[in-house]
Amino acid sequence: MEIPAIVGGGLVVIGAGIGIGRIGGSALEAMARQPELTGKIQTVMLIAAALIEGIGFAALFAL
Amino acid sequence: MNIKTIIFTIVISVFSSLNILAEEHMNHGDKDIKTEIKETIAHHLMDSHDFVLTHDISFSLPIILYTDGNLDIFSSSNFHHGTTPHTVNGRTYSLDHGHIIEASGLHPIDFSITKNVTFIMIVFLIMLIMFTRMAKSYKKNALPNGMGRLLEPIVLYIRDDIAIPNIGEKHYKKYMSYLLTVFFFIWIINLFGLTPLGVNVTNNIAVTFSLALITYVLTTVTANKSYWGHIFWMPGVPIPMKFILAPIELLGTIIKPFSLMIRLYANITAGHVVLMSILGMIFIFKGWVGSSLSFGLAFALSLLELLVAALQAYIFTMLSALYFGAAVEEHHHE
Repeated sequence: MEIPAIVGGGLVVIGAGIGIGRIGGSALEAMARQPELTGKIQTVMLIAAALIEGIGFAALFAL
Repeated sequence: MNIKTIIFTIVISVFSSLNILAEEHMNHGDKDIKTEIKETIAHHLMDSHDFVLTHDISFSLPIILYTDGNLDIFSSSNFHHGTTPHTVNGRTYSLDHGHIIEASGLHPIDFSITKNVTFIMIVFLIMLIMFTRMAKSYKKNALPNGMGRLLEPIVLYIRDDIAIPNIGEKHYKKYMSYLLTVFFFIWIINLFGLTPLGVNVTNNIAVTFSLALITYVLTTVTANKSYWGHIFWMPGVPIPMKFILAPIELLGTIIKPFSLMIRLYANITAGHVVLMSILGMIFIFKGWVGSSLSFGLAFALSLLELLVAALQAYIFTMLSALYFGAAVEEHHHE
């Protein structure tokens, strides 16, 4: 049986979602622990989230 | 501007977008509603040769074609929205789904001032006025007023939080003009996409490609010896490993701007598609429950899109600065 490509796209989106969720969660914990570093943590968080997002979109456009 | 004004503006803009969708709906009522919504969305995402505000108000834009060594310039009103072909200098052009084709099989190169080009020019003018006024306000005294006061925090933010930490004190100055330009350009043009004018410039992949290309060229041209050294002859690894790493690193230099291009394009396209689909739900449900649900969702999503518009501009600028920083970084190997 052939698995349609859209299933793969869905899997990638699940993966990207988990990834961004983990980044957000970890950033939240880090900021709660060290509020004075909020700015720096936010920057790194956004960059990492943007990179994962890029992979997610690349997979969706490969469909 | 207070919060009430912002909310009011968004409500008006959602209503007007609805108006655009409704107008399209009235035009051809004989098709299946779902295909019609799909067609409307696809049409909305495309660049066009005329600028249609509503069914009654539309502007024709100039068409500039370079066919077989000849330049043909005429107004897009000659096509009557793609229904009739137009003959100029013995060549007959017709509009086929937004693309111009020539009757006898010649391939015209399209330099037309399309809707996207028009709005890029408008943003160029807005930025020119904004920044000349900002510069002028500093000439009178050190404390800015008017436009200068509005923009100073953003400009300082880009310098102090994006450029200096990523590029470094020594080299950041030569990249500042590009970083500021690209930030304000993407931000303003994304905000234009949220107005009911129906423009989307950054969801045209050619536009984001050009922006990414500038970043790539700047990185490549200004890179120092150590940057190229880390690509072709990675220091500190065994010799066979250097041969494996070189092609990977070389590919990496192209993937970086490529991901910049895809990210901006995909984010804005996805936002527009979801927003239009949610508005389209009104015509599928045909009742007050579906309509109010769809309106509420569209309102919330518009707020999110406001954030995304600024966030994508920030990410693009930030990553560009990061790549420039990698290109001019100085390494000290002992």
